[in-house]
Amino acid sequence: MTDSIKTSSTKKNPNYISASESRKISSENRRITDALEKKYNRKHVPESEYLTTMKDPNNTVEFDDLHTYFFTDIGTVRAVDGVSFAVPQGKTVGIVGESGCGKSVTSLSLMQLVQRPQGQIVRGQIRFNLGDKAYDIAKMPGNMMEKIRGNEVSMIFQEPMTSLNPVFRIGDQINEVIMLHYPEKSEAEVRDHSLHMLDLVGIANPEGIYMRYPHELSGGMRQRVMIAMAIACDPKLVIADEPTTALDVTIQAQILDLFRNLKEKINSSIMLITHDLGVIAEMADFVVVMYAGRIVEKGTANEIFLHPAHPYTVGLMASKPVVNRKVDRLYSIPGSVPSPIHMPDYCYFRDRCDRRFDMCNGPYPAEFQLSDTHKVSCYHYRDGAASNRALHNNGFEILN
Amino acid sequence: MNDNNTMLEVKNLQKFFPIKSGFFGRVVGQVKAVDGVSFSIERGKTMGLVGESGCGKTTVGKTILRLNSKTGGEVYFNGKEIFGLGNAEMLKMRPHMQIIFQDPYSSLSPRLPVGEIIGEAVREHQIVPPNEFDDYVTRIMQACGLQEYHKDRYPHEFSGGQRQRICIARALALNPDFVVCDEPVSALDVSIQAQIINLLEDLQKEFNLAYLFISHDLSVVQHISDTVGVMYLGNLVEFANKDEIFSNPLHPYTKALFSAIPIPDPTVRRNRIILEGSIPSPANPPSGCKFHTRCTYAMERCKVEVPVQLDKGNGHMVACHLYDDNSGSEKQPETDEASFRAIGEQYDKANENKTESNPA
Repeated sequence: MTDSIKTSSTKKNPNYISASESRKISSENRRITDALEKKYNRKHVPESEYLTTMKDPNNTVEFDDLHTYFFTDIGTVRAVDGVSFAVPQGKTVGIVGESGCGKSVTSLSLMQLVQRPQGQIVRGQIRFNLGDKAYDIAKMPGNMMEKIRGNEVSMIFQEPMTSLNPVFRIGDQINEVIMLHYPEKSEAEVRDHSLHMLDLVGIANPEGIYMRYPHELSGGMRQRVMIAMAIACDPKLVIADEPTTALDVTIQAQILDLFRNLKEKINSSIMLITHDLGVIAEMADFVVVMYAGRIVEKGTANEIFLHPAHPYTVGLMASKPVVNRKVDRLYSIPGSVPSPIHMPDYCYFRDRCDRRFDMCNGPYPAEFQLSDTHKVSCYHYRDGAASNRALHNNGFEILN
Repeated sequence: MNDNNTMLEVKNLQKFFPIKSGFFGRVVGQVKAVDGVSFSIERGKTMGLVGESGCGKTTVGKTILRLNSKTGGEVYFNGKEIFGLGNAEMLKMRPHMQIIFQDPYSSLSPRLPVGEIIGEAVREHQIVPPNEFDDYVTRIMQACGLQEYHKDRYPHEFSGGQRQRICIARALALNPDFVVCDEPVSALDVSIQAQIINLLEDLQKEFNLAYLFISHDLSVVQHISDTVGVMYLGNLVEFANKDEIFSNPLHPYTKALFSAIPIPDPTVRRNRIILEGSIPSPANPPSGCKFHTRCTYAMERCKVEVPVQLDKGNGHMVACHLYDDNSGSEKQPETDEASFRAIGEQYDKANENKTESNPA
C-alpha cells in the first residue's frame, strides 16, 4: 500500500517499479512462461512422463507441494505456495479461506484451467487416481487433459447464470458434455441420459426444462442444471466452487440437501470451496483452511470446528456471528492480508495475529501434527499434541 | 405519533412498479414489490429486515427515504409525512436520513477523491461553517477508521472493506438520525464483515443512530438488530423483537428460513424444513396468503383470504391464519422451539466443556 499519492512516484516506496524494471520483469516472465507453454503444448507425449503412483490408493486426488504462480508485470504472485492435501474416495473435503487466499486457484490447477500463459504450475504434483493407474496432472499435456476434464473431474461454478450459455437450450448444453465423452452413444441415448440427469438433480419436469433456455430458470434451478452437467459423465471428483454463495438461504438449503443425497447415489468425492463456515460444517468430512496461498490448518470437520488450533481459524470462526449464540462484540481480525507480491519471509499471519511471540519472527512455520489427521502451521504447536490442549483453550477465550 | 421515541413509522406502505409493453409503453400489469408493509423504528435502535431476494426489502428501504415514489400508505419521519413535504422541505429533511448501499464498488464515484465524496454533501447542506469544513471531514473519516491522508486518494485505491468505510463516512457526515443499511456486509469477506459490523455498532452508540438493517444473512441480523421483520413477496409476514422472533418464530416461512441457516458446528444435526420451489413472481402473486404455495400448513382458507397482522403479545406481529383464534381450527403447528433450544443447549454444553478442560 502506498502511503500517499505524493510518495507513490518516488523510489522510496517499496512497491514502486520503474519502467526499466518492469520491462526486465516482463522479459524474464516471458522466458519462463514460454518454456512452460512449449512443454504444455507438445503432442505425442509418452504416458510414462506423467504416470505416477498414489501414496494412498484410497485417495482420489493428492496435492503434493503444489505451487501455482502468476507471472505479472509487477512481479510474481504466489497464488498457491506449497499446498499439500488429499481428497479420499467418496469423501467431501471443504476448503475455507477469504477471497484471494488461493482456494479457487488450487482447484483450477487441478482442472488445468489456470489462466495461461501468466498462470503456471511451477512445482509440485497433483496425483489423480484413475482406478488402475494414476496421472500427475501438473505434468500432463493439454491434449491429454481434455480426456480427464469434464469426464473424471468436473466443476460447478459459483455464478450459474454466467456459466451457462445463454443462447443454447438446457438440453443441448448437457448433451454436449455427454456426446463429447461418450462418442459411441446414439442421439436418443444421449437425450435419455440428459433427461435422467435432470431427474436426478430433483427437477420435477425434466422434459420441459430440457427445452428451456437458461434465462427462463430461477437461480436454484440453474444451479441444479449446472450440477446435472457436472455429474453427467459420472466423474470421480466434483469440484464445487462456492456453489451456494449466489443463492438465497432457502434455496441454499435445497441445494445442500441435493448434494447430500447425490453423494450416496454417485459415489464420487467432492471438493467444496466456500467461505461460509456453516456450509462446510454441514457438508464436509475434512476441512482445509487456507490463508495467503498456504494451508494453515487441516483436519477432520470435528477437529477443525471443535478444536480449532491456528489463530487464523479461531479468529475466522469468532468473527462470524452465529444464530442463537450471543456475543456483545464480534471478534475482528485486525489488519488485512499481505500483498501477494511481497510476501514476508516469516509467518504470513504474524502481523495480524494476537498470539504472536518471538518464535514467529523465524521462517514460515512447518506443519506440526496434533493428531493423525489434524495438522497446523503455527509455532505455538511445535510440541504437537502436548501443546494443543493448553493452547486451544487459550484460543477459545475469543470464541466464548 | 404519540410516542416521542418513535423515529420512523411506516403505515401500510405500497410500491408497485408498472410493467410496460409495446411501442406506446402501455401498462399491462404491476409488480407489487411492496404491498402493505407497516412497522416502526425507535430512536437509536436497529431494525433488521430479512427475506429472500426479490421480496421487496430494498424497495422498502428506498421508498421510506423517498428515493422512490410510493403507490400508497404513509411514511412518518419524526412525525412528518415525508411524501407530503415540498421540495425545499424535503431537502432539509435529507441530511437526517441516509443510506449505505450494498456494493461499495459501484456506489462510489470513481472520479472524485475520497475527501470530496464525503465532503460534497456536507458543503451542500452547510452542516458546518466553511472554515471548519476540513477538520470536520477529517474527524468523520477518523471515526470510521480512515486516515487523513486518504482524503486525496480515489476509490479504486482502496480495498472492499475500506470502500465500505468510505460509504459509511459519507452517510454519517451529514449527522443523520436514521441510516438505511442495504446489505452493507454481504459483498465483504468474513473477517472484514466483523470489522464493519463492529464499526456500525460503535457509531450507533456514539451518534445515537437508528438503523434499518437489510440483509439476507440471518446470523448478522440477529447480532445487530433490536427488532426483526421478515418479508415475503412484498408483505411483512412477521415482526417482533429479536429474542422473541429467534426463540419463538411463529410464521411457517420464518421457521423455514431460520431452519435453513447453516450452523458452523458439525455435531449439530437438525430437522431442516426445506421449502419446495422458489419465490413466486411478484407480478403475478398467489391469491390469499402469498406463502400458501410453499407452506406445509396451508389450509383451504389460505388460498382465498389474505391474512391480517395479528398481535400475539409483546408486539409480536404475525400474518398467518394459523394464529387466528377466530378461525376455529385447532391445527397449531408444532413449534421448532424445542429444536432451537436444543441447539442453544448444545452450544452451552460445548462451551462448558471447553472451560472445564482448561487446566489453568
